[in-house]
Amino acid sequence: MSLKVDDRDRAIIAATQAGLPLVPDPWAEIARQTGMSRQEVLDRLRSMSERGVIRRVGLVPNHYKLGWMANGMSVWDIPDDMVDELGRKVGDLPFVTHCYLRPRSLPEWPYNLFAMVHGRTRAEVEGKVGRIAMILSPHFRAFDVLYSTRILKKAGLRISPDVARIPHGSKV
Amino acid sequence: MPLKLDETDRAIVNALQGGFPLVDRPYAAAAAELGLSEEELIERLKRLLEIGAATRFGPMYNAERLGGAVMLAALAVPPERFDEVAEIVNAYPEVAHNYKRTHRYNMWFVLAAETKERIEEVAREIEKRTGLDVLRAPKLREFYIGFKVPV
Repeated sequence: MSLKVDDRDRAIIAATQAGLPLVPDPWAEIARQTGMSRQEVLDRLRSMSERGVIRRVGLVPNHYKLGWMANGMSVWDIPDDMVDELGRKVGDLPFVTHCYLRPRSLPEWPYNLFAMVHGRTRAEVEGKVGRIAMILSPHFRAFDVLYSTRILKKAGLRISPDVARIPHGSKV
Repeated sequence: MPLKLDETDRAIVNALQGGFPLVDRPYAAAAAELGLSEEELIERLKRLLEIGAATRFGPMYNAERLGGAVMLAALAVPPERFDEVAEIVNAYPEVAHNYKRTHRYNMWFVLAAETKERIEEVAREIEKRTGLDVLRAPKLREFYIGFKVPV
């Protein structure tokens, strides 16, 4: 199964960058915009979804506006030979929205496991980080929580001229 | 001030963070699951987007599978230089988002470009123009990510 997208997929991606048309038959609307048949649009969207090109289809909530004002990036130093097992456990927690293995940059940056936690308040985030700590204990050697205090820029991801902008909400 | 959503709006936000069906009349199918009419779901989605409770409704694409490259990066910016450095960093179209965070590494941004080479080029340019070392934190592995922020 190819992970590649072709020009016709790209046309659909371009047509849905701003989102799905909010009309009863959105596929027909995309078909009209791209000059494809309605069935081809639906088949290609399904195929991209099966291949993981589309991660999910849905709503991207605005955490801040919904009162989830605290956003904590918890970072952990986990021994390399345990990070897969422990990373999966942390990623499975219902309140962890992103969980990644990233390289350390010693000596400045000793952390290799990143787990993003949202909460209404910092206290709520701290409580959740405490639960992560319980799972990672006694294996983590150090941790920290970096709270976001200001959005400096929030734009789409520019991937290629053909797919001019991948909207925020896309996984990176 | 946080927006106040009614029960139905919350149910929509909770149910539709993923899993919108790729079927005929998808809004009707999703609405049925929520006990709503197709028309009501569409109207409420429009409103959620209008008031900014949601920023987008549609397919979320995987940037890497589209042939692009992405990397999380950070800078430890001296506080008195923060705005100046933010301006330099934000000016690059390759910088998709950028957050101020509570740490010595106080500026965290995502670089996205067509190639890894271009990302490295931008990182080096930022280093040259700011005189600061860019912490490179590319994703090596992803541990299951559902989508699951309850409201």
